[in-house]
Amino acid sequence: MTDPLLKVRGLKIGATIYPPGEKPRDIEIVHGVDFDLAPGKVLGLIGESGAGKSTIGLASMAYGRGGVEITGGSVEVNGRDILQSGLRDVRRLRGAEVTYVSQSAAASFNPAKQIMEQVTEAAIFQNKFSRKDAEARAVELFAKLGLPDPDTIGNRYPHQVSGGQLQRCMTALALCPEPDLVVFDEPTTALDVTTQIDVLAAIKEAIRDTGVAALYITHDLAVVAQVSDHIMVLQQGAMVEYGTTDQIINDPQEDYTKALVSVRSITHEEKKPTATPVLKVENITARYSGTNFDVLKNINVELHPGQTLAVVGESGSGKSTLARVITGLLPPSQGTITFDGRPLTPDLATRPLEDLRELQMIYQMADTAMNPRQTVGTIIGRPLEFYFGLRGAEKQKRIQELLDEIELGEGFQDRYPAELSGGQKQRVCIARALAAKPKMIICDEVTSALDPLVADGILKLLLELQKIEDVAYLFITHDLATVRAIADSIAVMYQGSVVRYGPKSQVLSPPFDDYTDLLLSSVPEMKLGWLEDVLAHRKMESAGN
Amino acid sequence: MHPILKLVAQRLALGLLLLFAASILIFVGTSILPGDVAQSILGQSATPEALANLRAELGMDQPALTRYFSWLGGVLQGDLGTALTNGRDIAESLGSRLGNTLFLAFWAAVIAVPLSIFLGLLAVRYKDRWPDKLISGVTLTTISIPEFMIGYVLIYWVSIQWGMFSSVAIINESMSLGQKLNAIAIPVMVLTLVVLAHMMRMTRAAILNVMQSAYIETAELKGLGMLKIIRKHAFPNAIAPIVNVVMLNLAYLVVGVVVVEVVFAYPGMGQYLVDHVSKRDVPVVQACGLIFAAVYIGLNLVADIVSILANPRLRHPK
Amino acid sequence: MRIPVSALLGLFFTGLFFAMAILAPLIAPYGMAEVVGDVWEPPSDQFLLGTDNIGRDLLSRMIYGGQTTIFIATAATVLSFVIGSVLGFFAAVSGGWIDQSLSRFVDLIMSIPTLIFALVVLSVMPTTITILIVLMGLLDSTRVYRLARAVAVDITVMDYVEAARLRGEKIGWIIFRETLPNALSPLVAEMGLRFIFAVLFVSTLSFLGLGVQPPQADWGGIVKENKEGINYGISAALYPAYAIAVLCISINLVADWVLNRTTSLKGGRG
Repeated sequence: MTDPLLKVRGLKIGATIYPPGEKPRDIEIVHGVDFDLAPGKVLGLIGESGAGKSTIGLASMAYGRGGVEITGGSVEVNGRDILQSGLRDVRRLRGAEVTYVSQSAAASFNPAKQIMEQVTEAAIFQNKFSRKDAEARAVELFAKLGLPDPDTIGNRYPHQVSGGQLQRCMTALALCPEPDLVVFDEPTTALDVTTQIDVLAAIKEAIRDTGVAALYITHDLAVVAQVSDHIMVLQQGAMVEYGTTDQIINDPQEDYTKALVSVRSITHEEKKPTATPVLKVENITARYSGTNFDVLKNINVELHPGQTLAVVGESGSGKSTLARVITGLLPPSQGTITFDGRPLTPDLATRPLEDLRELQMIYQMADTAMNPRQTVGTIIGRPLEFYFGLRGAEKQKRIQELLDEIELGEGFQDRYPAELSGGQKQRVCIARALAAKPKMIICDEVTSALDPLVADGILKLLLELQKIEDVAYLFITHDLATVRAIADSIAVMYQGSVVRYGPKSQVLSPPFDDYTDLLLSSVPEMKLGWLEDVLAHRKMESAGN
Repeated sequence: MHPILKLVAQRLALGLLLLFAASILIFVGTSILPGDVAQSILGQSATPEALANLRAELGMDQPALTRYFSWLGGVLQGDLGTALTNGRDIAESLGSRLGNTLFLAFWAAVIAVPLSIFLGLLAVRYKDRWPDKLISGVTLTTISIPEFMIGYVLIYWVSIQWGMFSSVAIINESMSLGQKLNAIAIPVMVLTLVVLAHMMRMTRAAILNVMQSAYIETAELKGLGMLKIIRKHAFPNAIAPIVNVVMLNLAYLVVGVVVVEVVFAYPGMGQYLVDHVSKRDVPVVQACGLIFAAVYIGLNLVADIVSILANPRLRHPK
Repeated sequence: MRIPVSALLGLFFTGLFFAMAILAPLIAPYGMAEVVGDVWEPPSDQFLLGTDNIGRDLLSRMIYGGQTTIFIATAATVLSFVIGSVLGFFAAVSGGWIDQSLSRFVDLIMSIPTLIFALVVLSVMPTTITILIVLMGLLDSTRVYRLARAVAVDITVMDYVEAARLRGEKIGWIIFRETLPNALSPLVAEMGLRFIFAVLFVSTLSFLGLGVQPPQADWGGIVKENKEGINYGISAALYPAYAIAVLCISINLVADWVLNRTTSLKGGRG
């Protein structure tokens, strides 16, 4: 066995937190982590938010972001403990031996400088290459990473290329100085699913061709399974399990890893359409005022009582606009919406209270969907008071019933949103929607901002509530795994149109149209070699390019 | 046409429009408000005939619209009218005073701008340590004292107690530059102190904002040194906000000049304006108000245009 | 909750100044316009701060002057807040042409420096305390309007406001129950800054002879009356400067604390 390139022992990382109204205090966020990484190998660091994975990644460059400080242990790169080195030596390491790819390339590129200058800067500054050679290498990397016009793309400014392209440029930036190790910090998380697969493939190829070692940080086990040799599972700053990718995916030992592997395994029996739909959207076309193109083009969908219609698409597909049209926030330029057998007026302001009550909405960001200055009791109680005139003890009783339904129990009424976890917040939003006794709830990406295990819990709860309350969901999402889990019927949207629509079983079975095929095949699956299989069978170029 | 030129042209047009609207506002402020100019000038004991005569002389018997356009027409031709109090041509009286005011503001800016940018950088460099806290404490104090009081505090200590520089700032044509500078030393100090605090605080905030960007972290992770990061990555992005800060504060300076001139009996436009406000000499007030507004709008316009020019998204459109 | 020392100090002096303003007739040793000694007597047991340019007790003048200055500044601040925040919230919540026309009008007023604008108006209006308050309140309300509108616009794009609109809530609920509680802390902090500005502004006007008229005393006026003394090394004109500085710094400290407190957990904006 060769000497490890990166050898981490007993790594402890602390941070100073500033709890409002209290004295700042120090907490430990990584509690003694050990691992080795051999040259040319890829180690996946996986965990939910707060697991400390990015912090560990940056520690391999002796860097603490914000108030984060490395408090103990050792980090050896090529046999030198970089935590004991002076700043001067650490600077010689950064950008030369170890480089970094961040989640948001858009923010990580200097907006005022051309891409080429930034990509080659470290290589030239660290005396790895002359300017001429560095530029030649950059062009080579641009080509390898599948960027269009590799010879000239470096002359552009960051805002002049797309998000997926900029993320590839960031990879080129990291690879340009011929480092020994690259830290990839969620490099594809911010991208659309069909773009993600291309960037992922480009990164994988570049790693293989350059023989560089990598730490690949992500929350998505299916993604990391495609690129890494080994996987380390982290939870709240401690290692849970370490093994080969094959072992972690196919034979996880720890309960937490098992939960991560089996996430999204909810199954849901598809229901047959009923005689009268609760929502009927006919020929809807809409545009935002001041623009000259239609964001929705002739949309026709139906939703049946007690069922779920999943509207799936990537950013810019118009799926959220459809929600705005149905709620009356954006009156359509054409078409009609029928709700529970009666026509809905186009504008929110003219709708009778009964229509408003029966059509509720749950948002993606539970944080901003609740007034931070109202207690949970007020938030859930307001619809009870507003629609049903409930007061006093009667209202309190109903609030508690709703809290029980969302599995929060006693003692939550007097809490403020800031005191709840992400999953709890989303549950309160669900309770607020249910309080109105609606016939239909629009769920706009309600699980996208949550960690996979928490999201799973929310989906299970929604399905459970659908059985009890007989409420219909219009479920807007970009995530096909979620769609598989909960939908009865599916509408696939692409550039403002519904390209495929029908019962779930039919939409998800071949023959596919090109876009649905692309979309379905782009969702990472938790098996080895999936990426290669998919790329071999691609029919359509991804939407992001 | 390059989109950036279009934007700049738009801004210029908007600035002119704003100036035009400001002229209406100034005119309305002096003409249509319930206060009676003639009554104010002559006092409560004036006879009705005297009042009527004065009103006719002021053209107050004409409709407001007619008076406005004849005033504006005059202004556009450089005719600012004549002063009520001494019957002299306003444009003539203003000429040298405007020069004096700009002279004072110029020297204050020459000292205040580099000093405050330097202090702003220093405060960022030693953020949350004693130099930062000292600078912010001192500037907080100067923000909390009106200009004229800083003026008297400085006169009392610098001029009277320590015997340095003159307590009045009277200058005339025959003085050499050195003599003039000696005369305006204390007013320049006052104006510097007045704008220093705002400018330094805003500069500090602007630089901090840039330094917290993700691309600065990228530069750090390339192994670049602090100075190189500031020079190559922070500076190009900080220049627009800093120019903005400077322009806004120069605009502020122009107003500060008014009071400082009164304190030091400096023969500039501010003193001229204040004098004639107490004498209720409306044509002079209108003329001075318009010039101050024009300078103010102009400086804000420059700040706007610099932001547009410095924005890479606008300079290099897709 | 712990109140930091700086804020405590600020609260103490702010309270002290307001108490002195309210209790002026009780604590001032002499009458406001009463000539009790020689011109510019030095401080003594009889006259703690000495006498002014015509032999009135300077301490009494300072106390009564503080009363006038603080009264005008408070009234102008309250006026500017009532007008500015109501219109600002209204514009933000209504949007559309109402927002556009109000905002453009405010831009126009703000394109002329406040002092110049005030001088222009005062050249034709009589200088009474009422007119001063109204003028300052109106001019300052433009700043409050901008802030209130900006804060409210930030809040009205929040999903919880949209949720309230989807629920069918009236504009009153949206302004007072959803928007205002979240806008309060920045507005309270701004109120401190506006008050400081009002104190400085009224003092400046009085100093220029265009504000509070003699024999009424206010801090700016005291400087004007005693400024000649400076040239003889008499520091009578400097006391108002110290008083204004202490008051303004104290309020600044309190405003800073109020702003920092907004991140408080209970009901904080996070």
